[in-house]
Amino acid sequence: MNESDNAAAVENLSYDYGNQPVLRNLSFTVPRGEFFIIIGPNGSGKTTLLKLISGIISDPQGRLDILGQPVCSYTRKSLAKTMAFVPQTLLTEFPFTVAEAVLMGRSPYLGILGIESQKDLDISRRAMSFAGVEHLRNRKLDQLSGGERQRVFIARAVCQEPQIILLDEPTASLDLAHQIRAMDMMEQLKEEKGLTVIMVSHDVNLAAMYGDSLLLLKDGEIVGMGTPNEVLTFRMLEKAYGCTLLVNDSPLGKFPQVTPVPRKFMIFRD
Amino acid sequence: MNTDAPFLLKRLSAVSFILLILLAASLFLGLSLGSSGSGFGNSLEVLLGVKEDATLKAIIWQIRLPRVLIAALVGAALSLGGLVFQALLRNPLAEPYILGISGGAAVGAIIGILMGFSRFPGVSATAFAGSMTTLALVILMSSGHTMIKKDSLLLSGVMVNAFCSAVIMFLVSMTQDSRLHNIIFWLMGDLSATDIGQVGILAAMLLPCFAVLFWFSHTMNLLLMGKEMARTMGVSIKAVTVTLLVTTSFMVSITVSHCGLLGFVGLVTPHLLRLILGPDHRVLTPACVLGGGAYMVLCDLLARVLPEQGEMPAGVITAIIGAPLFIILLKRSGR
Repeated sequence: MNESDNAAAVENLSYDYGNQPVLRNLSFTVPRGEFFIIIGPNGSGKTTLLKLISGIISDPQGRLDILGQPVCSYTRKSLAKTMAFVPQTLLTEFPFTVAEAVLMGRSPYLGILGIESQKDLDISRRAMSFAGVEHLRNRKLDQLSGGERQRVFIARAVCQEPQIILLDEPTASLDLAHQIRAMDMMEQLKEEKGLTVIMVSHDVNLAAMYGDSLLLLKDGEIVGMGTPNEVLTFRMLEKAYGCTLLVNDSPLGKFPQVTPVPRKFMIFRD
Repeated sequence: MNTDAPFLLKRLSAVSFILLILLAASLFLGLSLGSSGSGFGNSLEVLLGVKEDATLKAIIWQIRLPRVLIAALVGAALSLGGLVFQALLRNPLAEPYILGISGGAAVGAIIGILMGFSRFPGVSATAFAGSMTTLALVILMSSGHTMIKKDSLLLSGVMVNAFCSAVIMFLVSMTQDSRLHNIIFWLMGDLSATDIGQVGILAAMLLPCFAVLFWFSHTMNLLLMGKEMARTMGVSIKAVTVTLLVTTSFMVSITVSHCGLLGFVGLVTPHLLRLILGPDHRVLTPACVLGGGAYMVLCDLLARVLPEQGEMPAGVITAIIGAPLFIILLKRSGR
């Protein structure tokens, strides 16, 4: 494996669905071991970008390197050993137990029939205890709350032992406590295991608190890129979201806090 | 459920062993009972070689044996077909005939009958050609970008099936051919009129399909987590989808061409077994082969023995027993 310093490197990346352009000429790099968060309004191409990086969409126009090698040079299995994906939500008509679902994370390492060794079981057990779902191991996926199910999918991704973990709006449907818990887990993976975390998020305040780098997209183009303090400025946010926002220092530290301003608080209304 | 490593293999062999005994027992029953009025005791004695009865011996080995074997093979193929389509389309209502294979086979069979072919291999061959044509049509219609979208496959299948039904009615109404009365029996599913050579041909075609599908059983588990997740776990969705689709359709086409439409077994056996055994396809695949086979043999046995005269279509029995059983299990599982 190439010892590149970048987990992901994107150069002149474009993508379109039919003749509708979704991403236009993006270029950026994600250094190894970074917590990288992609933000932007609805329809800005965030999720498409994440799907391209993850290989779910497999025909990128432009250059996309994962750990220094073009994404198309990986086999499906070797890509799966490198990157794991946590979806936004998942419902299945065929309810597996938590233990079975987490263990599926081992499948890129397994031979035919996916017969797991003791080592695989130990890894899945550690992943479950990391995500705090070991007590749920015999429960079925459809009997879990949204927060619990999200943790199961985090455990499944950890069980895959990737170097990069990709998340698509993992906090979108969670309450405050579960949001922080999920984000803390990602930070812990970054700090303790040196994983690169690439996340799509709608929540600019969570992005400000956790992100090392942010990428702000609008209409498939980069509006801003850099640290939370560089990206989450009034000017950039207004350009991306087109609404009035208040940006001030967070009481927790040297990063911005963003408050959208409702119409009734505006002095000058149109 | 435990998931220790040897546990999967233990569980697999335990389930297979129990169902194998069930299958063996039902085959044995199927051989021993029949409408010849010779009784269970007599048959048993002939089977065990205690008593010499040339007529009964001929009935058992030349009529009943091919029939129970074909029932087991067809039951296995249809149950497995239902299981795979349910996983592939991620739709618990999927059944082996859902992609229009049955409609195409029926049209093919009618054409074969009208051309005056014999039942085997003539009509079987035209039925098979018909089902393969519909499969090709369905795949073509849903191909391109949407190939792996489950709904386009499903919709194409439903449309092709509806179209074929209309063609069948059209042909039957237009020709008024008395030979077409045969088609009614064929459509209701018919396991009779088989000799041991045909069993051999069917087995030679179906058993490799069973093996291929078992090979992909873990991949089917991954597919159930959604195609995007499966892809990020290393599954080549397109290759797997096409392989499963073609293998299963081939398998179902063979059974339809040979025995007509045996309804319900392919819908209900995978569900019954999933309710009992859980959703792991590595266990469910062999369970469907063995359990589906046993279920079909027993249902066919009842269909042979119950009526005072003649026999009823085995499909009637599979539904009469299967539907209530399924509802009871569903209620008890508390979902």
